Amino acid sequence: MPVLASFIDRIFNRQSPSRSTAKDRLRLVLLHDRTDIPSLMLEQMRQDMIAVLSKYVEIDQDALEVNLEKEDGSVALIANIPIRKVREKRVDDAVVQAEAPAAADLST
Amino acid sequence: MAGRVIVVTSGKGGVGKTTTSANLGMALAKNGEKVCLVDADIGLRNLDLLLGLENRIVYDLVSVVEGRCKLRQALIRDKREPNLALLPAAQTRDKSAVSPEQMKVLIAQLLEEFTIVLIDCPAGIEQGFQNAIAGAHEAIVVTNPEVSSVRDADRIIGLLEAAEITDKYLIVNRIRPNLIQKDDMMSVEDVQDILAIKLIGVIPDDESIIVSTNKGEPAVLMAHSIAGQAYRNIARRLQGEDVPFMTFQTKSTGVLGMFKKLFAVGK
Repeated sequence: MPVLASFIDRIFNRQSPSRSTAKDRLRLVLLHDRTDIPSLMLEQMRQDMIAVLSKYVEIDQDALEVNLEKEDGSVALIANIPIRKVREKRVDDAVVQAEAPAAADLST
Repeated sequence: MAGRVIVVTSGKGGVGKTTTSANLGMALAKNGEKVCLVDADIGLRNLDLLLGLENRIVYDLVSVVEGRCKLRQALIRDKREPNLALLPAAQTRDKSAVSPEQMKVLIAQLLEEFTIVLIDCPAGIEQGFQNAIAGAHEAIVVTNPEVSSVRDADRIIGLLEAAEITDKYLIVNRIRPNLIQKDDMMSVEDVQDILAIKLIGVIPDDESIIVSTNKGEPAVLMAHSIAGQAYRNIARRLQGEDVPFMTFQTKSTGVLGMFKKLFAVGK
C-alpha cells in the first residue's frame, strides 16, 4: 500500500527530500554560471598570456590553447603551450613585439 | 536631503516584483514618505493594474522622455494616499524607446519632489534591466524559493555588483511553510546562504494577493492579508526600523505529524 510505504520511508528517512536535491543542483549550476568567462575576455587573456610567456620562451602562438574546465566542485584554467625554444635570458616587450610579425610569416 | 532610488528586480519573471513594488510603494507612502513608483516595463505595463490606476493614464514615461508632455502631467496621484504617485510605462512601445541616460535625467527630476523613487524593473537582463537600474542607488532582489528563480537572482546580483549598486536586499517571496517543513521546498536560510545578500523580507504564498490584484487594491490596505502584513514590515525595515520576521504556522499533518514529532524525524 503506497501510503504505508511512504509513511515508513519518512520515519526511516530513506527518501531523500527534494529540498536537498534542489540545493545541491543549485550549488553546482551556480559554480558553472559564476565562473564563465565571456569569449572576448578569454581571447584577451590568451593574447596577454602570449605576450608574457614570449619573454621567456618562443611559443607556437597559433597552437596555444586556453580553456576553462569545470568538473564537480571545481573549476580550472587549462592551457597547452607548445614551446619552440627556450630563450637564454628574459627579453623585454619590445623584442617580443618585433618578433611577432616574423612569427606570423612563418606560420602561413 | 537627497532622496533614495530603489530598483525592484529579480531576473526571473513572475516572482513578485510588480506586486512588491506596488505594496512597498503604498506602505512607504502611508508611513510618511513621498513615493514615486516608476513602471520601467515598457510595452508590458502592469503596475497600473495592481494599483487600480489603469483608467487614469493619459501620458507615460515615454511621453515625458520624448518631450510630448511635462513630468507632472504624466504622474498619476493616488486618491487613496496623497503621498503616492505613479509614472506609468508606455504600452505601445518597447524597451528601446528609452535609454539609461534618459532614465537618470528623469529620476533626478523626480527627486526634486519625492523622497523615494521606487522602480519596478522588467524581467530579463537586456535593455529593460539596464534602463531600470540606471539611476538606482539601492536594489531589492525578489526571488522565490525554487531553483530557476534563485539561479536568475544570482545572475542579477552579479550584474548589480558590476553596476556598483552596493546596497542590495533580498525578499524571499511565495514561501509555503507546509512544504518547507516537509523538506520539499528550500527554506529562507537555504536561499540566503546561496545568494548572500541581506534579507529584508519573507512573504508567504497568499491567496489574498490574487484578490488584491483582481480589485486593484494593494494587499497592504487589506486588514487581514498576511502578505500585506509582511509588506508593511518590509517597508518599516527599509525605513531603518528593526522589525522581527513573522513566523508562519504550519498545519501538522495528522497521524504522520504526530509520529514525526515523537521520533523527531528530519532536520
